[in-house]
Amino acid sequence: MISEQIQTAAYLFAGILFILSLGGLSSQESAKRGVLYGIVGMAIAIISTVLGEGVKGYTYIIIAIAIASVIGIIVARKVEMTSMPQLVAILHSFVGLAAVLVGFGSYLDPHTQSLHGTEHTIHLIEVFIGVFIGAITFTGSIIAWGKLEGKIRSKPLIYPGRHAVNITLVIISIVLGVMFTMAEGTEGMIYLYIMTAIASYIGVMLVMAIGGADMPVVVSMLNSYSGWAAAAAGFMLGNDLLIITGALVGSSGAILSIIMCEAMNRSFLSVIFGGFGATPIASNDDEIEGEVTSTTHEETAALLKEANTVVIVPGYGMAVAKAQYPIHDMVKTLQDQGKKVVFAIHPVAGRLPGHMNVLLAEANVSYDIVLEMDEVNEDLPSTDVVMVIGANDIVNPGAIDDKSSPIYGMPVIEVWKANQVIVMKRSMATGYAGVQNPLFFKENTDMLYGDAKESVDKINIALKS
Amino acid sequence: MKVCIPVEVNTDELRVAATPKTVLRLKKQGFEVFVEKDAGLRSNFSNAEFIESGAQILDSSKEIYATADIILKVLAPNNKEIEMMHEGQVILSYLWPAQNLDLLEKLSKKGVNAIAMDAIPRISRAQKMDVLSSMANIAGYRAVIESANYFGRFLNGQITAAGKVEPAKVLVIGAGVAGLAAIGTANSLGAIVRAFDTRMEVEEQIQSMGAQFLKVDIEEDGSTDSGYSKTMSKEFIDAEMALFKKQAEEIDIIITTAQIPGRKAPTLILKEHVAVMKSGSVIVDLAASTGGNCELTVDNEIITTDNGVIIVGKLSQLPSQASQLYGNNLCHLLDDMGKAENFAIDMEDDIVSRAMVTYNGDINWPPKPLPVTSQKPKEEIVEIDDSPTPEEIAKKKAKSTIYSLVGIGIFLLLLGKVAPSDFMGHFTVFVLSIFIGWQVIWNVSHALHTPLMAVTNAISGIIVIGGLLQTQDNLSSPMTIIAFIAILVASINIVGGFFVTHRMLKMFKK
Repeated sequence: MISEQIQTAAYLFAGILFILSLGGLSSQESAKRGVLYGIVGMAIAIISTVLGEGVKGYTYIIIAIAIASVIGIIVARKVEMTSMPQLVAILHSFVGLAAVLVGFGSYLDPHTQSLHGTEHTIHLIEVFIGVFIGAITFTGSIIAWGKLEGKIRSKPLIYPGRHAVNITLVIISIVLGVMFTMAEGTEGMIYLYIMTAIASYIGVMLVMAIGGADMPVVVSMLNSYSGWAAAAAGFMLGNDLLIITGALVGSSGAILSIIMCEAMNRSFLSVIFGGFGATPIASNDDEIEGEVTSTTHEETAALLKEANTVVIVPGYGMAVAKAQYPIHDMVKTLQDQGKKVVFAIHPVAGRLPGHMNVLLAEANVSYDIVLEMDEVNEDLPSTDVVMVIGANDIVNPGAIDDKSSPIYGMPVIEVWKANQVIVMKRSMATGYAGVQNPLFFKENTDMLYGDAKESVDKINIALKS
Repeated sequence: MKVCIPVEVNTDELRVAATPKTVLRLKKQGFEVFVEKDAGLRSNFSNAEFIESGAQILDSSKEIYATADIILKVLAPNNKEIEMMHEGQVILSYLWPAQNLDLLEKLSKKGVNAIAMDAIPRISRAQKMDVLSSMANIAGYRAVIESANYFGRFLNGQITAAGKVEPAKVLVIGAGVAGLAAIGTANSLGAIVRAFDTRMEVEEQIQSMGAQFLKVDIEEDGSTDSGYSKTMSKEFIDAEMALFKKQAEEIDIIITTAQIPGRKAPTLILKEHVAVMKSGSVIVDLAASTGGNCELTVDNEIITTDNGVIIVGKLSQLPSQASQLYGNNLCHLLDDMGKAENFAIDMEDDIVSRAMVTYNGDINWPPKPLPVTSQKPKEEIVEIDDSPTPEEIAKKKAKSTIYSLVGIGIFLLLLGKVAPSDFMGHFTVFVLSIFIGWQVIWNVSHALHTPLMAVTNAISGIIVIGGLLQTQDNLSSPMTIIAFIAILVASINIVGGFFVTHRMLKMFKK
């Protein structure tokens, strides 16, 4: 048994380690150290809690942690880098579920019943809010997981008056909350149940209404929620470490959401409440002048052989086709021939913030040549060939010059300024935003249809021959 | 909409108003295309080629004129052709409206809507329809090739075993499209090229094509709004003549391109200039058809003067290339007028309203002037800027910050009044942590956003503490079951989150 003071000190230390852990992610070099800090911090936190006063049921604790470790390691080991978004989403749902459970547990805790007056009320409010946020996170994350996994169609589900319904539900929850705090003993349980059901429903509808293109925002938003849920649990348990960690995670997710929204030039609120992909777009296909020209793998290879500078713009299509490995081969071949090859990553490429970076890292692409949009845009006019691999909306010139375009104003990679653009795509279908892309009609753009992996494989063969 | 292309009646005209390629474009625009039999022969396009690209061949010009909604021609129609036209027909061709007012009258009487391709205004939007430019480009190229043909020497300088060859010196007068094309061609053949123009603004263009810009000592700029140059003062002309005379003594080839729309071409090379030129020198006069820039030029003939200077007054037209470009110009205009589907004559349009010289029985000539801003903007446009200045924005921001700070302060005071001290302590930690998180996370590299999410995922598993604190000894207690599940899922998060982050970071390599 350790004293409360020592436990507090240990929590403080763990909190510092968590902060250092996140700070470590500012660069690739220090990132691994960051993870280590995080693990040490977590170990200290758990051990000092378990050794603390009043903890019972060690057997169950050990059994639960052991089972969880096995599951966690298996899942983390098996998951494909392309499915990272799904994994992250489902892990969020666990935090949400844990928050709900801890909330219920805290309400049932005999200690709660011993509180009186304002303290009791405030504690009940904490429980109520914690469960509310936890439930939303739980169901919302499950829906997000389903959408990313393709089990639920990614088209936004929007019905008229849904805002009114949501607001009504929130108001009902508040009323339930008031009744809950006034209830004696554990009689308020029924209100807690109803509210949990309502919050779960809100979580489902919140994410159902968001289109596939906005997934990076949704995932980071849920990340943020899971943090706030943890913080709320911290308040109910009077545990500062939970509060610190929850606040860190909550603000982290919020910042990621903001970054993603800025990258799409949309306001955060419009993403969460908008149902963006659904706006019926008065399609302006017929206004686009010019023809779509297609090319072959051999021609593309010939083009690459002649080029001195090549920029590769990957998108979700690369992830789907798992084309990162052959792309790395191609880049190596080109580099051996003395060409300058870089990757241009748009902030919202893929379904998770930084998704493309992880995939390229998986294929051993050196992060030195993986650049951000702004670093690449100014060099594009002097670039010989741009290869767009499975990306669409992030290279849409309409975002810059077509005021009627729903993505107008979103910063894009201005690939059309390069000498020649090769767009690798499965078909002429529109991207997640459902917007026609005038890039494909430009004179210096050629389409290379087909699965990205197969196409790059063929280009590799042609390049080496 | 039926577009018809008749044979050019004038046998000296080698061009045709459509080629198989432009027929394809017309078809794409939705037009039905009819070509008179053998219309393309003189420019080397066979009937079969036209059929292949989707045109139908009609045997007689009568049928052509009877069928057509739109007639595409090169030269202006003659009386016989006008006879065959009917009301409402549209014709696109050269018309030279300034010199051919009687032609306009005949056309308007017939009710034909005629577009003079040579009257397309010279504005940027109309560049792709500007036949004068596209034809001038060919003429400039051809002028150099033609002169090289008559000139008995190499154009480029060479040092060979057999001796040294001096490069030819070429003077191009007038740096319009034709002049610039001539400069470029002569330069690429290796000649020393000099150029003269009364408009000072073209100096840069001349130099960019590789020629030396000749100047007179008098400061006078011949630029006008129309893009053509104005008539210069006497002093300037005297100085110009003196310059030409001096140049004529050493120049081998002179190419003149100075024309003024609707007027006789200015005389720039006088007899006395020709007299001082070396024997075997060549003058190519691109203005021969409008009177010539050289006093001795004879239109449509090639003459040799007493001192052996060859003056070329006629040029072959490169008919198939010229037809292609001319045909493209026509296509662009039809495209601009709405293609087949929405074809309309819009007299509000800058281009159509000026080129449409007869419309619904009226003569629409001369057109209202359209000033062309060649390079420099005429006047500074003063933008009225309503948006607030940076200082105002800063002030506004400061104000709203103060308001929100006051609001937060009041909220905290109220909270402090009701909340127990325990809660306030936790609340302090909470708020400060948000600030720390805010500062720390902004520093995270974009490339590491996915690992960041995985790590935050793992550490948000800290909620496991809640479960740990709630576990009871007794499995029958609902609290223990709830806590057990909470510990389980939260621990999956911790272990899985850290492990997958580690896996990801291991991959990042320099």
